[in-house]
Amino acid sequence: MQPLLELHGVSKAFGGLRAVDGLTASVRRGEVVGLVGPNGSGKTTALNLITGNLTADSGAILFEGRPIERAAAHRITRAGIARTFQLVRVMPSLTLAENVAVGAMFGARACSPAEAQERALPLLARVGLAARADERARSLTYIDQKRLELARALAAEPQLLLLDEWLAGLNPTELKDGIALIAALAADGMTIVMVEHVMDAIRALCTRCVVMNAGTKIAEGSPAEALSDPAVIKAYLGDDDA
Amino acid sequence: MNAKDWIVPLAILAAAAVLAPLPLVAGSYWMALLVNVLMYAVLATAWALFSGPTHYVSLATAAFFGLGAYTMAFLGEKLPLALVYPVAALIGAVIATIVGLSTLRLSGVYFVIFTFGLAELVRQLVTWAEAKYGGTVGRFVFIDVTQQGIYWMLLGVLVLVLLTGFLIQRSRLGWALKAIGEDETVARHAGIDTTVAKVAVFVISATFMTVVGAIMAPRWTYIDPSIAFNPIISFQVLIMALLGGAARLYGPILGVVPLATLFEILQANFPNSFSILLGLAFLVIVYFVPSGIVGLIDQGRDVLGRAGRRRAHPAE
Repeated sequence: MQPLLELHGVSKAFGGLRAVDGLTASVRRGEVVGLVGPNGSGKTTALNLITGNLTADSGAILFEGRPIERAAAHRITRAGIARTFQLVRVMPSLTLAENVAVGAMFGARACSPAEAQERALPLLARVGLAARADERARSLTYIDQKRLELARALAAEPQLLLLDEWLAGLNPTELKDGIALIAALAADGMTIVMVEHVMDAIRALCTRCVVMNAGTKIAEGSPAEALSDPAVIKAYLGDDDA
Repeated sequence: MNAKDWIVPLAILAAAAVLAPLPLVAGSYWMALLVNVLMYAVLATAWALFSGPTHYVSLATAAFFGLGAYTMAFLGEKLPLALVYPVAALIGAVIATIVGLSTLRLSGVYFVIFTFGLAELVRQLVTWAEAKYGGTVGRFVFIDVTQQGIYWMLLGVLVLVLLTGFLIQRSRLGWALKAIGEDETVARHAGIDTTVAKVAVFVISATFMTVVGAIMAPRWTYIDPSIAFNPIISFQVLIMALLGGAARLYGPILGVVPLATLFEILQANFPNSFSILLGLAFLVIVYFVPSGIVGLIDQGRDVLGRAGRRRAHPAE
């Protein structure tokens, strides 16, 4: 079966820094792939390349077999890839319902403003924010803004959901809820790529891990395999400790 | 549209119906003031169509206004009058498309400076072209449009710009602009073609401004680039829209009525210190009414709402 997402030798440099350096990876439909690696290893840049926030210097990115490495961000969203941001981004003076409605209105199943408002409510309920639908997004706590961002991404009705450290900064209870929510999405058949540092979440959720260091893939496999790979331990801990 | 959706368009038409007979009773001083108010009402509402939701502050108002005025000055005696206005609209739309496509990738202060520079550039180009090919920089505009005619045309265009704004606000385009104003990166990743949305509304806004310039030109009898492309127009439109509040369709008009009147009084009584007083007015507004009259109304409504809820639930 054709992978949903394929990266072939994708590279991106910022000045002299090769943030992503010949990255090759693929994601099959229904997988939950953890994209892990030390800080600065190029994970977020990889997400930015996939979603069209940045344009790759070289290499190919295929989504459902079609090249998207040159496509604008809005086209990639409409094609079926939605994302959240590492530093949470909501539309602060719009209400929660409006934030999600914008996602629905322009996403893969674009619709009228009225229909978008209707589609927003069940999604807010899904992330546990239904009671606050008419509040402005700026009044939410950091954690609730993350939930809102997820609802907005889901409103685009993506084939592929990219989560950039969506579980970072949660307390243990919130983490448990967050993991349950992602697990429920996965159980519904959503394909997910998650950049994550919370190892418990990776072990609990991911069917497969891709480990990056210095812009390239250094290991791949089940979470247990990938995280015990000597190259991975070396990347995280350095030579002396390994 | 259901019954509730007709309230705003009907209110706009009703207000226009009330204002329409005024020239039949108003004297020439009042007519001059009314025309001035209407001119700024259209310009500020058109400005807010684009700059209100997107928060892209444009100082290009004078550029488009002046283009319209010069279209009238050039073509007013060559074409049937009824044709000059659509031609002006077309010129405004074409120039705005070119400007929009080339500048709307800029953001924040760079966009502000560019639009200001654009108005100056057009002014200098017209001055140069007039001096080189026209032999003189100024131009007489002998076109027989009465003060009443100008008033009714401006009123008609005001109705059009308000109805256009109403339709945009309710449409996907309106939501796209709001999202852009909130966070352009989020907007793009939500699937919004931000370039198309911004250029489309920038062009609509500029087209109205150009038409206003064409309508106003006959009133002056004589125009030169420093009148038609006067940067004060851009600044006044900006401050009027901000005083009223650019977040609502009717907001800019709330700023236009007091300020256009005030500026008229200041200009009549203190012609030499007008710029200083204008500057002071800007400072006072930005300092004391940062979210505009609309913002004050919303705050008042929130306070009343809270008080109302307290009365309803005294135990809380």
